[in-house]
Amino acid sequence: MTPSKEQLHWMYETMVTSRRFEETIEKIYLEGKQPVFNMASGPIPGEMHLSNGQEPVAVGVCAHLEKGDIVTATHRPHHEAIAKGVDLNRMAAEIFGRATGLSGGRGGHMHLFDPEVNFACAGIIAQGMGPAVGAALSRKMQGKPGVAVAFIGEGAANQGAFHEAMNLAALWKLPFICVIEDNSWGISVAKKDSTAVARNDVRGAAYGVPGVYVEGNDPWKIFEAAGDAVARARAGEGPSLIEVETYRLAGHFMGDAEGYRPKGEKEALFARDPIPAMRKRLLDEGAADEAKLKELEARAEDRVSAAIDFARSSAAPAPEDALTEIFA
Amino acid sequence: MTQSNERKLTIARAMAEAIAQEMRTDPGVFVMGEDIATLGGVFGNTRGLVEEFGRERIRDTPISETGFIGAAVGAAQDGMRPVVELMFADFFGVCFDAIYNLMAKNTYFSGGKFKVPMVLMTSTGGGYSDAGQHSQCLYGTFAHLPGMKVVTPSNAYDAKGMMTAAIRDDSPVVYMFHKSLQGMGWLGTEQGASVHTPEEDYTVEFGKAKVVREGRDVTIVSLAMGVHHALKAAAELEKSGVSPEVVDLRTLVPLDRDTIRASVAKTGRLIVVDEDYHSFGVSGEVIASVVEHDISVLKAAPQRVTAPDAPIPYAREMEQFFLPSPAKIVDAWGRMKAA
Repeated sequence: MTPSKEQLHWMYETMVTSRRFEETIEKIYLEGKQPVFNMASGPIPGEMHLSNGQEPVAVGVCAHLEKGDIVTATHRPHHEAIAKGVDLNRMAAEIFGRATGLSGGRGGHMHLFDPEVNFACAGIIAQGMGPAVGAALSRKMQGKPGVAVAFIGEGAANQGAFHEAMNLAALWKLPFICVIEDNSWGISVAKKDSTAVARNDVRGAAYGVPGVYVEGNDPWKIFEAAGDAVARARAGEGPSLIEVETYRLAGHFMGDAEGYRPKGEKEALFARDPIPAMRKRLLDEGAADEAKLKELEARAEDRVSAAIDFARSSAAPAPEDALTEIFA
Repeated sequence: MTQSNERKLTIARAMAEAIAQEMRTDPGVFVMGEDIATLGGVFGNTRGLVEEFGRERIRDTPISETGFIGAAVGAAQDGMRPVVELMFADFFGVCFDAIYNLMAKNTYFSGGKFKVPMVLMTSTGGGYSDAGQHSQCLYGTFAHLPGMKVVTPSNAYDAKGMMTAAIRDDSPVVYMFHKSLQGMGWLGTEQGASVHTPEEDYTVEFGKAKVVREGRDVTIVSLAMGVHHALKAAAELEKSGVSPEVVDLRTLVPLDRDTIRASVAKTGRLIVVDEDYHSFGVSGEVIASVVEHDISVLKAAPQRVTAPDAPIPYAREMEQFFLPSPAKIVDAWGRMKAA
């Protein structure tokens, strides 16, 4: 299964949108945090986990998803949210903690929820597994179309929630896909120091679920693997497990000095930055010319600046609204 | 009411009846948990359901609480109304993330846009030598954490109406049922819990405590099994001319502080009976509700009859020493009078 030209254009534009968004957030995040870094200061307080480098996973999978399909994401959710079509203005406003944010400032960047596109995320490792499996169960029980995708990191494959949810999804043959973004680091602990299993796709065997490992952070290969899994899920054939080799070009969170990385790793990763690589291949294969790419890039820039403008110009929430929306 | 049209049910049957009635009218309601289908629940509260509704909607799960409670959150957010069972409240240790970080917080984190209409039913309580991992109440632990309603019935009438209300509620509800009130012979059963229960569906509103015995001299506030201890103690005290009032909290979240305050304002004395641990829990919260409101109503220092701050022991002698009882409530009155 190969992506159409239109799908490739969407994938590239979405990757660029995500990257520009992260770069912009990164810059604004540091406002008020220099020279002394204090996480509580500046227009964007709190922890910030950027997704630079991991864009291919989000677009390769979400290219197959529709609005009604369900995605649960991680504490590093921006690329996935953008690829799933979460309202970028309200997402930016949520990250800025504004009243116009997706949840009016109650959640922040690790808790983005957009019911319009069935997107949710959570700040604790492997936490999205259960809810995604439950949403898949809901669709199956109701006889409604839709697949559920849980994006997790490779560190999450060592959590109990991962194993329990995989077992349930397989047992009940649910339209569920677990996508592991293997950026090879759980904060500062390397994958090889977390598990004796080199590739987590083999863990699918423990549940009778087909697993596949995708090398090279390659949007085309991810698209193909995800396409097979989504088709399987839609056909009622049950869950799949995909692990994707990807790269975390940023630290675990903003302010991470990354002293744990081996010397030269960052430079090597930047040399394999998936966005310039995809740009080159689109040109080489004639899937887009320079003018088309510039158009896609310009549209991405525009969307990001509009979202940031929206967030910056939005009002802060009323403090007492902290006590609303606790119950339905 | 005459004897002839009385319809006494156990709490277990009342719960199953409420679930069945809601399942007949709402196709989104389904039940998940360990041993809830073929076995009918180890405490009998799902008995008969799989025969009527089948295995798709009455769903035995693997022993996998993190998995299926997390799944219930996702199903609830997607428009279903799952009723899930955590067999013993004590087992919350293996799955609390799904309960208090997902079930209880997703409505808030979504600015009210995702509803999580699910019921987590779970058994509480000791008294039959099941030791410290199968006997806890943990009322205070659950009620402490915002975002979930917490209810615990003391009788079958309330059990049915509260289960119906819980299933219809758009917020998550933790429904805690005390094993000694279930009507399971093998657990020893408090007869007072099996009361007339109408066949037709009805709801018992959350956040309303109930004065189950009116009195003048002392207010005894309790919940679940403790209500029955309180009623027995009240009958005993009555013999010596004391007139106790007994308040059944029924709901912990939201807590009906007004009914507690009104009763204590009338009697001037307060005893709280709670099978949960002594410190940082329900008993302290009830007392605080009174004293932070108006300390002048109290004629004596409040008393607590609770489980001590220790793991629940196995040996019968030790466990009986440990648990609240009518005699301990009578003693608390004695201490209060002496003070």
